[in-house]
Amino acid sequence: MSGSGVPTAVVQSPAEPFRLPASQRRLIKWTIYLGFAAFAVAVLNGLDQALNYAGISILKWFPGMRTYYQGLTVHGVFNAIVLTFAFTNGFLALTTARGLGRKLSTGLLASTLASMVLGVALAGWAMFTGRASVLYTFYPPLQAHWTFYAGLALLVVSTWLTSANLFVALSAWRKEHPGERIPLMAFISVCTYVMWDIASIGIAIEVVGLLLPWSLGLIGGADPLLSRTLFWYTGHPIVYFWLLPAYVSWYVMIPRQVGGKLFSDSVTRVVFILFIVLSIPVGMHHQYQDPGIPSGMKAIQGFLTFGVFFPSLITAFSVMAALEMGGRSRGGKGLLGWIWALPWGDPSVSAQLLAMLTFMLGGITGLINASYTINRVVHNTTFIPGHFHLTVGSAVALSFMGIAYWLIPYLTDRKLWGRRLAVAQTWLYGVGVLVLARGLISGGLEGMPRRTFVALSPYNNGQWDLAGILTGIGGTLMFASVVLFFIVLGGTLLLGARSEEQEIPFTETMTAPALDGWEVKLDKFRYWVAVTVTLILLAYGPFLASYLPGHFLSPGFKIF
Amino acid sequence: MNAERYEKAFLLLCGAVLVLFMGALAYATLGMGIRLPGRTGVVDPKTVLTTPPWNDPGLRQLGPDRYEAVILAQAWRYQPQEIDIPVGATVTFHVTSADVIHGFYIEGTRVNFMVLPGQITEETYTFDEPGEHRLICDEYCGAGHHLMSGKVVVR
Repeated sequence: MSGSGVPTAVVQSPAEPFRLPASQRRLIKWTIYLGFAAFAVAVLNGLDQALNYAGISILKWFPGMRTYYQGLTVHGVFNAIVLTFAFTNGFLALTTARGLGRKLSTGLLASTLASMVLGVALAGWAMFTGRASVLYTFYPPLQAHWTFYAGLALLVVSTWLTSANLFVALSAWRKEHPGERIPLMAFISVCTYVMWDIASIGIAIEVVGLLLPWSLGLIGGADPLLSRTLFWYTGHPIVYFWLLPAYVSWYVMIPRQVGGKLFSDSVTRVVFILFIVLSIPVGMHHQYQDPGIPSGMKAIQGFLTFGVFFPSLITAFSVMAALEMGGRSRGGKGLLGWIWALPWGDPSVSAQLLAMLTFMLGGITGLINASYTINRVVHNTTFIPGHFHLTVGSAVALSFMGIAYWLIPYLTDRKLWGRRLAVAQTWLYGVGVLVLARGLISGGLEGMPRRTFVALSPYNNGQWDLAGILTGIGGTLMFASVVLFFIVLGGTLLLGARSEEQEIPFTETMTAPALDGWEVKLDKFRYWVAVTVTLILLAYGPFLASYLPGHFLSPGFKIF
Repeated sequence: MNAERYEKAFLLLCGAVLVLFMGALAYATLGMGIRLPGRTGVVDPKTVLTTPPWNDPGLRQLGPDRYEAVILAQAWRYQPQEIDIPVGATVTFHVTSADVIHGFYIEGTRVNFMVLPGQITEETYTFDEPGEHRLICDEYCGAGHHLMSGKVVVR
């Protein structure tokens, strides 16, 4: 890639602009608004948690919040479940429709939104009234009010309704286009939901089959180990359900936004297929320190965890190649000069470039967590939230904000207001999350426990002061940045100039997808689902076979 | 197109690095003997308070420099709260919970594991240096979670 010219590209999938009917765009818009509303509430609580580590408790300023852990539950559920599900349900429905050049089912879009609203109302009521301070992992035998579990179940159902919408559209498209390859933008969007549908079975069984009836008194006891295992069966792949929408943007939108092209159609498809196959049989690396699971079973999933790192490494190459192509086409010279030539003045681009940078650190710390032996040292210290604020807390959250900088104008037919403020916002967030993570990670290495109200802890002897202060400063910067984000969004909605000509950024690929040979098989989901299920049975079968029917002995505790 | 060649080289390098990491893990596990908690036994959490040895938690000497510590985690304390051991002692911890999930983290060591009601966690560690370690509950266990701690004194 030494030349400065961009090779001629093949436009893949419908080149003619496609716009969803206004009624469908409105439903997608409100689904995404719901996600960002949850984000606002979650981030407000996040400020309290960050300052807690700096020894400052601002809880008394939060009306209705009785304990630190109540706010922490809201922070986790609204960020990690409501924001991510809502954004993804809206965003990937849109990319699938755009990729296929075909509208979706209005009924399924509406029922997705309805399911989410009802889910947020039920779970939100339980959390805000102090009936569900069980954190977003809700490990039994801490027992929340049944409305919390019912709300979570409805939020998962909303993702299944979106899946159904995508599958219906894809199957109709296939009938209309026999022998054609699935357009890339739609293919990778559907892959995300294929992975998630298989992954969400664990949490569905746990919540609907075990915890909901237990909270209603229909089942006498909970099995904490079985619940944790079902939770983490979903709990690891959920991080890819958070991440893959950002990858969709990085693969098929960002190249266009920086003036580059995507290098390989097939490699992109292979990456998303690897995520379907490898995301799930790795959840036990979250249970390394659990009793009751033979260590050999943990080791197998530990090794597979290193495997799921591979598609992210391919992504690092492919996305970087597309960025370099873009930077050079904009006149960037020299080994690294193309980096400065990228359109950093576009807040959508700067947000996602910074998200990629922080994600490198997120990936490396993730490998540390997954390391069978090093995990002993970092387990349940603030090293863990240090890691995941670099992944879901920036690679994902900052990418979502970056995407919003074109998506909200697109959905509202208005131009982005406050562009320079938005660029500043992305930098403030990037710097803030790095300071926060530096605090959490160094504190974790010194044994600072996660999910703990250390501001009022009697064993806090001042050893973690520096780490805590950095956490507080970083979190405050992130909070200020998110305030700016909402000012820009509000400005766009109220003051943005009318503009109805906007298109979704649509990247061209340099090689067209092959119409014969092995690559055609990439589009056959049933093969990859079969491989996935086989691996899951190998990874989880021995545990379940040796453990079931389980030990449902624990009564519920509401000690929060 | 050069990118194809670069990509192959990059992926080979990444693959090699991952294999190297796995090798390091295999060495740490098999060569250095760093173990994780495994399947050691179950106990009914409703009757654990009257089930031996949990009805009488504490430290017992098994032989020269060999100790066994039976510890019961409850919201929001450990029984016993403090154990005193001589330098060089090898202690096997047997820990379970009488109510919700707790953590068991002896700071400055690799003793850091989950305590689940109904399951028994076992872990062996040799304390070579004199000193005082905080024992911290590092899994959320309700409103008083941040109050739950203990002490391991090595002298």
